[in-house]
Amino acid sequence: MSDHEYVPKSKFGKWFNDRLPLLSLASHLTDYPTPKNLNYWWTFGGILTFCLITQIVTGLTLAMHYIAHADLAFESVEHIMRDVNYGWLIRYIHANGASMFFLAVYIHIFRSLFYGSYKSPREIIWIIGIIIYLLMMASAFMGYVLPWGQMSFWGATVITNLFSAIPFVGEGIVNWLWGGYSVDNPTLTRFFTLHYLLPFLILGLVVLHIWALHIPGNNNPVGIDIKKPSKDTVPFHPYIVIKDAFALLMFMIVFAFFVFYSPNILGHADNYIEANPMVTPAHIVPEWYLLPFYAILRSVPDKLMGVVAMLSAILILAALPWLDTSKIRSAVFRPLYKQFYWILVVDVLVLGYVGAMPAEGLYLLIARVATAYYFIHFLIILPVLGFKEKTIPLPLSITEPVLGGMPMASAVKKKESLN
Amino acid sequence: MKNIFKITYLIALILTGAIQVNAAEKVDLLKTDWSFKGLLGKFDRGSLQRGYQVYTEVCASCHSMKYVSYRNLSEPGGPEFTEEQAKAIAANFEVNDGPNNDGEMFMRPAKLSDKFVMPFENVKAAQAANGGAYPPDMSVLAKARSGGVDYIYSVLLGYEDPPSGVTLDDGVYYNKYMYGNKIKMSQPLMDDAVEYSDGTKATEEQMAKDVTTFLMWAAEPHLESRHKMGFKAILYLIILTILVYFSMKKIWSRIESEV
Repeated sequence: MSDHEYVPKSKFGKWFNDRLPLLSLASHLTDYPTPKNLNYWWTFGGILTFCLITQIVTGLTLAMHYIAHADLAFESVEHIMRDVNYGWLIRYIHANGASMFFLAVYIHIFRSLFYGSYKSPREIIWIIGIIIYLLMMASAFMGYVLPWGQMSFWGATVITNLFSAIPFVGEGIVNWLWGGYSVDNPTLTRFFTLHYLLPFLILGLVVLHIWALHIPGNNNPVGIDIKKPSKDTVPFHPYIVIKDAFALLMFMIVFAFFVFYSPNILGHADNYIEANPMVTPAHIVPEWYLLPFYAILRSVPDKLMGVVAMLSAILILAALPWLDTSKIRSAVFRPLYKQFYWILVVDVLVLGYVGAMPAEGLYLLIARVATAYYFIHFLIILPVLGFKEKTIPLPLSITEPVLGGMPMASAVKKKESLN
Repeated sequence: MKNIFKITYLIALILTGAIQVNAAEKVDLLKTDWSFKGLLGKFDRGSLQRGYQVYTEVCASCHSMKYVSYRNLSEPGGPEFTEEQAKAIAANFEVNDGPNNDGEMFMRPAKLSDKFVMPFENVKAAQAANGGAYPPDMSVLAKARSGGVDYIYSVLLGYEDPPSGVTLDDGVYYNKYMYGNKIKMSQPLMDDAVEYSDGTKATEEQMAKDVTTFLMWAAEPHLESRHKMGFKAILYLIILTILVYFSMKKIWSRIESEV
């Protein structure tokens, strides 16, 4: 991305770099011109990378002690908690790490929605991100099954049963997923295998996600295209590195608080009861981060349509760059969109809340309204808004955002002379 | 900087929401002071030892504790019996071992390395002896009920006569705090059900508190080292965060821009 090619100083460095340009890559990553006005909402990309690495490292360690067998899984988790040196620490980091991962990814996604980061020319970054998010949900769900507690077992039963909604082949698919006629040992072993595999796929996609990001460069809170490098940018190192580090540390304090002082508060007590196919828990609820989609699933009376609605709710995000017809990226310059954005945030939080409540009476009604609004936002409001909305004029550059878009002759001239 | 507060606030909001949503069932449980709550909370050693006594003399005839070993009783952070005491405790129990060189199974006294001997061979035997209800294993019970220790403490003290209009079958008891208010366990704790060797008066509340403390330890044997490490880790993180904050200010001061 840098204007000039990087040339290593040492002879060996040059020899090596000609064959494998690792040094050029390192140089690109440190010099990478980043908009200087990125705010703290932009630090969650780095935080998410940290979360992924943490999950992989703790996960590998847990896998050394965990036994993927229906009769032994629960016991092996207790073995980790009691007898493995610092096993309790590793497991609590891994379990709470999943929640922290989702917390960060939701902030990351909603940041993107606010500042229009998904718009041209960043559609591919966005779509890769959605795929990562889908894989994250799959990994998290399968990971929750592994301790083989009551919620593990019944959660797996409910979710895999969703596939039975598919006409004609549904039943067959469900049996194929289970590896039998109910959730049992074959289900557990394949979930373990996939739970081990998916994070590495995510890691690969993260590399693509960052690669795709480094082509157009970062969006920024003002949402205008900037020239790189210029007065509007700073090199990634040390400016962004230190800022990301600061934000990450703040995040880690929250993380540590959960791990050390409330390690089970985000989980369900029933998962400390060993799986029992003969006893169904009173309420089967997924982990908090899946609740909005669970609410959408249950708000549709028909099983198949419920599944379709739930999947569409996620997949619709992939079409967002084309559903949002506005050319202006940042909500800062879109007064109407800004309001609809916050309504959407509230809508998703409401969905999350009703997802945890029994699907009956008032809760069901609220879930239906919230589900309808979710789709209306993406399918009607966004496309129409792009044509109707009167936006605030954009500034010309980050360094002169006060200009309010009016091409002030002197400033333009100054800019041109800089270029 | 304004943003970082907004973000922290948002995180707090989402997480408290998530926590609220998780704590679904809400009955006002009985509260008592637990020494193990709080940033540097520790178990009360005396309470753990008394709690073990209540467990063995009252609960253990029906409730197993299959993930806890006798050696745990003398480990730091637990009841901290001496190793001799723990050995003596273990020796009171018989375990089925073998096969020996003649191919025979045999009974021998339990050792420190053995898990707590279970009162029944299996779940079916436990059910058969308890009117069809399985007395749950107590290893992680304190974590397996929403409400945790408060819930267990409340159930132990929640026995009362059924309100008029509620009829109970034989062998079913009324409990104010149990889900559905019906429980198949008869009231386990009466004043002076055990005799404490340290002179503590064995009131119903005292025993309930002691045995619940013991159950919390059984479920979280490393709770004390977790709290200790957590305090250090968070303190370390806070100091590091402050240092990094000032480094960041310094670095960004090279260009005239607000962080």
